[in-house]
Amino acid sequence: MSSSTPLLAVDELSVVFHRKGQNPTRAVDGVSFTLEEGKVTGLVGESGCGKSVTSLALMGLLPDRGVKVGGSAVMRLSDRGEQPQEADLLRISQRRMRDLRGSQLAMIFQDPLSSLNPVVPIGLQVTEILKRHRGMRGAAARAEAADLLYRVGIPDPTRRLNEYPHQLSGGMRQRALIAMAVACKPRLMIADEPTTALDVTIQAQILELLKDLVTEEGTGLLMITHDLGVVAGLCDDINVLYAGRAVETAERAPLFSDPTHPYTVGLLGSIPRLDAPRGEPLTPVRGSVNDNIAWTDGCAFAPRCDHYTMECLQGPPQLVEVGAGDPGHVHRCVNPISHADVVDRAVLESPAVVGDDEEERG
Amino acid sequence: MPTTPSPNPPEAPDTAGADEKVPFHKRKADKVDRLAELMGDREAGSHGAGVWREAFQRMRRSPMAITGAVIVAVFLVIALFSPLIATYSPTSQAWGGEVFPNRNEFVGPRAENWLGLDHLGRDMFSRMVIGARQTLLVGVVATLVGFLFGALLGGLAGACSVLGGRWGRQVDNVVMRVIDMMLAMPTLLLAVTVAALVGPSLTTVMIAVGIAQVPIFARLLRGAMISQGNREYVLAAQALGVRKRRIAVTHILPNSMGPVIVQSTLTLATAIIDAAALSYLGLGNPDASYPEWGTMLSEAQRFLSSAPSLAVYPALGIIITALGFTLLGEALREALDPKLRK
Repeated sequence: MSSSTPLLAVDELSVVFHRKGQNPTRAVDGVSFTLEEGKVTGLVGESGCGKSVTSLALMGLLPDRGVKVGGSAVMRLSDRGEQPQEADLLRISQRRMRDLRGSQLAMIFQDPLSSLNPVVPIGLQVTEILKRHRGMRGAAARAEAADLLYRVGIPDPTRRLNEYPHQLSGGMRQRALIAMAVACKPRLMIADEPTTALDVTIQAQILELLKDLVTEEGTGLLMITHDLGVVAGLCDDINVLYAGRAVETAERAPLFSDPTHPYTVGLLGSIPRLDAPRGEPLTPVRGSVNDNIAWTDGCAFAPRCDHYTMECLQGPPQLVEVGAGDPGHVHRCVNPISHADVVDRAVLESPAVVGDDEEERG
Repeated sequence: MPTTPSPNPPEAPDTAGADEKVPFHKRKADKVDRLAELMGDREAGSHGAGVWREAFQRMRRSPMAITGAVIVAVFLVIALFSPLIATYSPTSQAWGGEVFPNRNEFVGPRAENWLGLDHLGRDMFSRMVIGARQTLLVGVVATLVGFLFGALLGGLAGACSVLGGRWGRQVDNVVMRVIDMMLAMPTLLLAVTVAALVGPSLTTVMIAVGIAQVPIFARLLRGAMISQGNREYVLAAQALGVRKRRIAVTHILPNSMGPVIVQSTLTLATAIIDAAALSYLGLGNPDASYPEWGTMLSEAQRFLSSAPSLAVYPALGIIITALGFTLLGEALREALDPKLRK
């Protein structure tokens, strides 16, 4: 199974929305990342930075009108045959894409309630995928569906098959969605803020479930989130996005211990801490995502940055190596922060962090 | 261990690394299962019910549904068994000598004729009972025609618009412009046109009234489907590679049927009234002596000042029947609405 090419290689992905009578909007502007089997890659950023659009573009689910998708996203498809096949997810035909969706790549959405059909029993929604991609029928499909629900931790699955989404709890619904996503053992799973609509204890359970699936099935998981706690507990590689571009890319440990981009530092610093003195104000990243300038003119983050200089406003900053014995850690900044003192240990102690991170913390 | 046969945790045929170590989520699932077992199958029985059985159970508790169902049931019994219930022939003018409309002499209810006599000396009760059958036939068939063709056109347009891409939107456009043209004509005028083209008969009335309802059903279903098409579960189904046809039929359609069902109950009521209007214009059953509530109503109009009861009986019949269907439909919609489920 080991191969030199990654499971998914996204290169210079760009998504531009054209609207009548208005300037085109570049929602995603040259994002590149790779994803390996059995690994978790995170896309992190605040609302409007292009996270969800990236995922929809990869799934081919963007509307067909007024959208221009550029770049490439080469995915290594199932190598059950003699030689591994590759396909550019952005170029293949709609028909082919429909066959791949659900079987080779699947997606988990943010709000489990609205992602399940309210008038169709859970069982039917699960068996439908088994029918579509694995050709299972009738009792066999139902038994497999029950087994799937069981595997994602839903008790009494045979009874749940006949229930409707409103009869399940929030965590149970998200589990059901995950069961549907993993029904055909996809090689790539995209999770678009899968825990946002859940409360913290359920969040931890769901993250653990995802982690188990990744390690046991060798699925590649693309985790899209704004929650750095989730990132700390789950992701192997992290891409921080801002205004449609990656501003910092690193593995988990270096990103949390030595963030260099002011935006990453700001995000980490803005997390509320349990051990902070009472009444201490939060430290937000000031401004909003709308206060930006075009990447072609300079750093889009400059209007919100505490460290910007004239250099930041002269042409687009390039993605460069941080260097100093830290391969794979790149950032898009001309004035990086060398030793951030705002590194938040609390993040690494979030409920999502479990077991095997002990040595990293010690 | 659970006694249910399908999920068999220890021998689950997946997971490569499950040889020596039971994975965490399985251990947890075992625990949860045991707990569920200990807590007993308290809710067994109420589960496993389909949408309709569940809706039926909810409706049994709703006074609105019960009222509607009773009215509709009584109406159905009368309509279906009318020849057995009717005491006399509806066309027999046996008491013609006792009624003189010109002199305002009418016969009211009496032991022989429970609802009195009409202006030609026919038994009102028998005419009402036989008329119920005609009314039911016209209402149901017209609604079915409207529902069937309307849902077909609207469903096609809606599905094409949501899932068909560029080409689908063109189909939607063409279908909906045709529907718009139909909608631009007043319902009754449209029905009259159809009836005039095909020739007067009861079938004509049913088809004409039905066709007049097509655009309403079509627009309603299409609108509901388009609004459902933007929902996230449709995107989620697409993300799992479900076929477009299947998304349209099993996901979007059932979620869009609510307003259409309510509309069909309302249409049943208006269809009865429209059919009466067509009969009044001479486009209905050529045999004017054969009773139909609408025709009876229009005939009674001439004697409204002297014998209002002749108009009141068929009018009440129409109102109560329409009310019954409306109540039943409204209750059904509420019972099927997942948002109102508890």
